[in-house]
Amino acid sequence: MMTMITLMRGSVMKIHGLSSASRCLAAEGGVRGLSSSSGPRVCIVGGGPAGFYTAQQLLKARQDAAVDIYERLPVPFGLVRFGVAPDHPEVKNVINTFTQTAQHERCSFHGNVNVGKDVTIDELRQAYHAVVLSYGAEGNRSMGIPGEDLPGVFSAKDFVGWYNGLPSNKELHPDLSFETAVILGQGNVALDVARILLAPVEMLKETDITQNALEALAGSKVRRVLIVGRRGPLQIACTIKELREMVNLPNTRADMLPADFEGIAEALKDLPRPRKRLTELMMKAVKEGGDDKAEKCWGLRFFRSPVEVLAGADEKRAAGIRLALNKLEGSGESVRAEVTGQLEDVDCGLIISSIGYKSIPIDPAVPFDPRRAIVPNEMGRVQDTAGLYCSGWVKRGPTGVIATTMNDSFDTARVLIQDMEAGKLDLSVNKPGAQAITALLQTRGVRMVLFSQWEKINAEEEKRGKSLGKAREKLLDVDEMLKIAWS
Amino acid sequence: MAAFTAVRAAVSFTQRFVRVSRDCSVCPLYRLNVCTGAAVDGFSAPNRRLRTSIGVCQSADSSSPEEDQRVVNVVFIDRSGQRIPVKARVGDNALHLAHKHGIELEGACEASLACSTCHVYVSSEHYEKLPEPEEREDDMLDMAPMLQENSRLSCQIILTPELDGMELTLPKVTRNFYVDGHVPKPH
Repeated sequence: MMTMITLMRGSVMKIHGLSSASRCLAAEGGVRGLSSSSGPRVCIVGGGPAGFYTAQQLLKARQDAAVDIYERLPVPFGLVRFGVAPDHPEVKNVINTFTQTAQHERCSFHGNVNVGKDVTIDELRQAYHAVVLSYGAEGNRSMGIPGEDLPGVFSAKDFVGWYNGLPSNKELHPDLSFETAVILGQGNVALDVARILLAPVEMLKETDITQNALEALAGSKVRRVLIVGRRGPLQIACTIKELREMVNLPNTRADMLPADFEGIAEALKDLPRPRKRLTELMMKAVKEGGDDKAEKCWGLRFFRSPVEVLAGADEKRAAGIRLALNKLEGSGESVRAEVTGQLEDVDCGLIISSIGYKSIPIDPAVPFDPRRAIVPNEMGRVQDTAGLYCSGWVKRGPTGVIATTMNDSFDTARVLIQDMEAGKLDLSVNKPGAQAITALLQTRGVRMVLFSQWEKINAEEEKRGKSLGKAREKLLDVDEMLKIAWS
Repeated sequence: MAAFTAVRAAVSFTQRFVRVSRDCSVCPLYRLNVCTGAAVDGFSAPNRRLRTSIGVCQSADSSSPEEDQRVVNVVFIDRSGQRIPVKARVGDNALHLAHKHGIELEGACEASLACSTCHVYVSSEHYEKLPEPEEREDDMLDMAPMLQENSRLSCQIILTPELDGMELTLPKVTRNFYVDGHVPKPH
């Protein structure tokens, strides 16, 4: 009876958790050591949303499955930590769900492991019944224009990484002493960058934005941000939430070109609801403009493609961008931009290219489609490679919000489970799983960061944040992260 | 496994108890000295910045004792078409209700209108009876795959007596990713 009460106490605390899936997971995992050692073992490469949602679904669907998540950085959560804007903390609530998954009995997080370098995909496939690639898109598409490498030009991926504390972007030091910034691309990332550049510092100072970015932005001279797209208003890729945040941004006004909106009002009535509401909001911004006295302004510019970054008189850094004017051909989803021959130069000192993230190949043993920059697959099953699956951006390409990746990861998990049940994966063979990989890594001098060790990093970041009046102050240095994790 | 079933029963029992009586002295967990106080916290949780929309967290606390007793019957229809009837109370939040009954409805942003993962279709006669969505909910709904006229975010549905008999259907989102070759819209 006392054992039952102790069990109940432990389980009640676990059950008063958060989301439905995590609640179901925690409830049946109340007693340590019950998980079977002969059940399927699955390895997930990548500790971001795709990895965690795939794990969550696998653990729920098979009570005998053990799932190990490998992540290159000492810290988990991928773009939820490094991509979602600091002023969107509610979007990061999903970290609580991921934490529940990581703490699940049958799940283990292994940080500080570089798959492809510290351990190969083939070695993982030998140790596990199935391997799921969820490593996302760490590269970015380049504009492919002259002057792209001049100082003052950044990829949105790096700029976002800078204000979000991605260790490899900590030395970015963007020069914010110019009045005009031009962003190429009109997706949500582009709008996030514009908003962070123009937001009043009061809006940012209690968030988890890095302190050095906060200080740089506090001293920023940027007053005008143009967000440039090669097609028209009906093709804009951002969503209404982000556009509304720009329209409502304090002390800014919208600076649009009415000419870009010719014919749009007439097209409104035939649009599906999301596109219609988005377009109506843009039209409203064109008409109303906003407070003339506002010190800062932002504008959307359509039908323009970058053709050259222009250097300043000293030839040392970017001072402007040359844009080609387009016209649209085709209709519906397949509208394309065609050059007209006309050009337009815009003076600016900060150029941010936000035209898409891009996946890169992880291991020569894994098929990769360089044109689409994804791992070729059929519903998540990697082409011609039994036992290898993929989920998230590396599977579909780098678009979509967390919900999109969630659905996609659930799909891959379902397909994997189907394959287990149909006998396509031979579960009768015993696989050593994490035990073998840990031993292998040890011989290579690689030490992992466990989830409980990430929690030390987490506690330290929250502590440092508290003293600065912020949600957290992220550690920027991998060595410092490791020191705290292993302390 | 019996222990777990017992625990699950105990927890949902406690949750119902707390909502009805708030009298800890009659609760078995309290009497067994294993109450962690977690049940009383309801929808909040320590150490988390939970930004919820107005009304969601209040619903558990603000209903009067008379209203609390009023049952609202809701039917969830899951992604495989299975009907799951549940008995709820006035003031309950539809998303939390789904979680309580193990229905596969995610709530990634935890009811703060920052995602669309709790998207459901509402039976048409009850859809009319819901208050108009606020602009922020409409903005998030715009991102939900397979949006329909009767789409709502379940984290914003608070049960009232006139919603008795409401059916909430989970969208068959995932099947349609591939069947019709549909390419997800950017972002």
